[in-house]
Amino acid sequence: MDCKQRMAGDTLAWFFGSHMFMGVLLATLVLACSDQAYSFENDLSGDRVPVAELSWSRSDNNWRRVLTLQDHNTRVVLLGTTLLGMAAGTVGSFTLLRRRALMGDALSHATLPGIGLAYLLASHWGFDGKSLPVLLLGAAVSGLTGVAAILIIRNFTRLKEDAALGVVLSVYFGAGIAILTIVQQTSTGSAAGLETFIYGKTASMVASDAWLIGLAGLGTVAVSGLLFKELTLLCFDEGFAGSRGFPVVVLDGILMSLVVIVTIIGLQAVGLVLMIAMLVIPAAASRFWTGNMKRMTIISAGLGSFSGLAGSAVSGVFPRLPSGAMIVLMCGLMFFVSMLAGPSRGVFVRYGRRFALNRSVNRQHLLRGLYEYVEARGVHAGGEVHRVAVPFAEILAMRSWSAGRLRRQIRRSERQGHVLVSADKSVSLTAAGLIEAARLAHEHRLWELYLITHAEIAPSRVDRDADTIEHVLDKDMIVQLEKLLEQEQAVHGIVPSPHPIPSRSVVPSEDTPGDSGELPAASPEPLTSTESTRRQETP
Amino acid sequence: MQVWGAINWDWSLDGWIVLAGILCAVSASLPGNFLLLRRMSMLGDAISHAVLPGLVVAFLISESRSSLPMFLGAVIVGVLTAFFTEWIRNFGEVDEGASMGVVFTTMFALGLVMIVQAADKVDLDPGCVLYGAIEETGSDMLSVAGMVIPRVVLVLSTVLVVNLLFVVIFYKELQICSFDPALATTSGIHAGLMHYLLMILVAVTAVASFESVGNILVVAMFVVPPAAARLLTDRLSLMIVLSAVLASLSAVLGHLSAIVVPGWFGFRSASTSGMMALTAGLLFSLCALFAPQQGIIVRWVRSRMLSYRILSEDLIALLYRMEEKQPQTPRTAAVLRDALLATRFSTSLVLSMHRLQGHVDRQAQQHTLTDSGHRLGAALVRSHRLWENYLVTEAGVSMDRIHEQAEKLEHFTGRELRDRLDQQTQATELDPHGSRIPSED
Repeated sequence: MDCKQRMAGDTLAWFFGSHMFMGVLLATLVLACSDQAYSFENDLSGDRVPVAELSWSRSDNNWRRVLTLQDHNTRVVLLGTTLLGMAAGTVGSFTLLRRRALMGDALSHATLPGIGLAYLLASHWGFDGKSLPVLLLGAAVSGLTGVAAILIIRNFTRLKEDAALGVVLSVYFGAGIAILTIVQQTSTGSAAGLETFIYGKTASMVASDAWLIGLAGLGTVAVSGLLFKELTLLCFDEGFAGSRGFPVVVLDGILMSLVVIVTIIGLQAVGLVLMIAMLVIPAAASRFWTGNMKRMTIISAGLGSFSGLAGSAVSGVFPRLPSGAMIVLMCGLMFFVSMLAGPSRGVFVRYGRRFALNRSVNRQHLLRGLYEYVEARGVHAGGEVHRVAVPFAEILAMRSWSAGRLRRQIRRSERQGHVLVSADKSVSLTAAGLIEAARLAHEHRLWELYLITHAEIAPSRVDRDADTIEHVLDKDMIVQLEKLLEQEQAVHGIVPSPHPIPSRSVVPSEDTPGDSGELPAASPEPLTSTESTRRQETP
Repeated sequence: MQVWGAINWDWSLDGWIVLAGILCAVSASLPGNFLLLRRMSMLGDAISHAVLPGLVVAFLISESRSSLPMFLGAVIVGVLTAFFTEWIRNFGEVDEGASMGVVFTTMFALGLVMIVQAADKVDLDPGCVLYGAIEETGSDMLSVAGMVIPRVVLVLSTVLVVNLLFVVIFYKELQICSFDPALATTSGIHAGLMHYLLMILVAVTAVASFESVGNILVVAMFVVPPAAARLLTDRLSLMIVLSAVLASLSAVLGHLSAIVVPGWFGFRSASTSGMMALTAGLLFSLCALFAPQQGIIVRWVRSRMLSYRILSEDLIALLYRMEEKQPQTPRTAAVLRDALLATRFSTSLVLSMHRLQGHVDRQAQQHTLTDSGHRLGAALVRSHRLWENYLVTEAGVSMDRIHEQAEKLEHFTGRELRDRLDQQTQATELDPHGSRIPSED
């Protein structure tokens, strides 16, 4: 049942993921085809973060403008963030499994000094310091040196990965800030443009930016798709990949370069502080959906692109919502939903499973308790066992269950037709209930016998141990146990208990031996008519 | 007042800045040591981003920038961050880094949205939070007990005292919890409680440093000085002291370089907290390269020296064997090089070193051992052959494997060990291959 459930969950996840994926691709195509050379004039949300002035017209116009993609700028922004989310989700699922989730964080901070230096050098040599390719080149070079520094610290000193990331992140970022303060003093003007790399400026994305993000993003996705098997192997078992002749170092380099590319194109959109979210959150969220790597990657790409789309759309519709932060919040929302409702590890599914297990445990405890009560009194003459009524208080004393829990369980078992409740609240087994209860007691005792004969556990302790395992024994295991214990003839009967059944009842029963540390010389007579041939030779 | 002529150093201004930097750096590096040992170095970064919504809410509720509500807000959010991180790690079965990444980015984004939403009420500039305004330390002065000191210095010294007390009082508990939480729990120490206390401390330190000296500085000081100190020592107590020293050093040098270095390129000055972080990074790279035990270059030099010593000993032993077995073979540098499988450079280096020390003579390209060289070779060959004997007779190693073993062991065998080997093998004359074992002297 569990297996089926999981398969259903996976199928659902697959369905969800692939459809979202297709949707994104379609949207991309539509947007790309309708794209003409408009000039962008009005800032969609004007969201330099410490935002002061926002030029919003009327909000109903915004709704229409954003949702119907009338405005060219809207199209560009939505397309760009969607593709960015897709690329980051794809790459992120690899880095997550490689336990390098925060690599993106360190990396994005490490780009800052490169941006500043590129600006300074370019202006010094008489180029346009603010041109995007120059800045991104600087960012890439500086990011790669950051990655190299992390790898050197991790491989050549005794420090662990987290310290390496922390050192590189903070030092590079400090250097970046120091350089930015210098840049602000240059004669070529203020460097306000550079600061946007810290927080991002989605809204002022122009068509060329979107194309850059689109190309780089699609390229990233394509490379991940082509090298899917190799990268998966790298993430799961680096040593094995190496021993099979895969160029582990090259693959690692490719993965890190993909992270660098995604990070750099994302700097423009969401800024370096929040870029890490695009890399980590969709991937972490997709873990709740499936355990299959391929599906996880697709779902992660889907969640990422949806967050990008929804985040920038929300920020476009409502005033005063910075789009970078909104994209991240959308990611967070996706994560929260996945954590609750994910079909593979979600909270609901987990609680559901535990609830079902608890119920079945309660049911088994009730039936076996009733059976043992009846058996201990030896009331089996004339096949009228199931007519023996057990007082409610007696059952309550059998285990440490609350009266409410027991009452609910009795009602459930009554509905299943296993017990009958009489007017004085005493409970008796029905014929069907007796068969079921006998089966459960049989399984419990088989396991006890196994523990005594093969695991050499003291008979006084096996009851407890068997209690924990009996609920998860399946049929094959029972058959195996029976074979093992040479109880084949007992398939249809019930093994007697190898230890005295402790009298938990209010009324002490006469035929239960008092010394629980010893095996009983003779167990109480088993119930069914054929039992005398199957007496257990106690070990 | 002018120091070194070129620097515009004003004690009433720069002195306070440096003091604030030192206070912040030391108070961050104290808990940072334990974060490093717990492999949670990124937590400083995470918490200092995540407290943003806490600050905004505290600001909105209290409608002031006074410290207490800010602290409370930040501490609550900091603990929540640690809690969520733990929770997601358990539920999602992802590693600590990823769950941290999920929590702190979402919190930070939430904080940004709140700031923008309440832009006219909140006077919090995220830029200010990130860069810090350590340069303005001297502008907000308070008079305490007759002394006029900056508010920042007062706040940061309080934090430093709290952190110091915490580390001193709970030193043993923190130590056990960092190295072995399970042992701590069985010894009756509440490992979870210590974890959350540490988180609170990290949050408090981050917040106190936030508006005064900036996020970068505190994040850097959580990680970099402890990491550098870790490379210098194995003792926790020494590591904590060293990290504090390195932190103060980077604060002082950082401010100096913020004033001086940009001047070389014709600029006025750079961000002090940025330069402090950068200086800490430079100190870290110095430690990583030149630490006495762990330094990358130190270790490289040490391994190169060992390999040269082994090569030079192999060379002497080779010459000894050649003179013993095939006195007619030419012993030119090229022949020796081929026999030792060494490079041209290292062979000639080792040969010239031996000639300098007087172990080897060269006449017409032929190398011969001098008397001292001969004694050296005899000792080495004696070690080698004694070991071969020992390995065969006492350790039962098969004949075809003893040579490689003895080849390794001969370099680490002294006179005393040779005598004992000789005793153990009943002072046999010949080694298992039938060669004579040279006598001592």
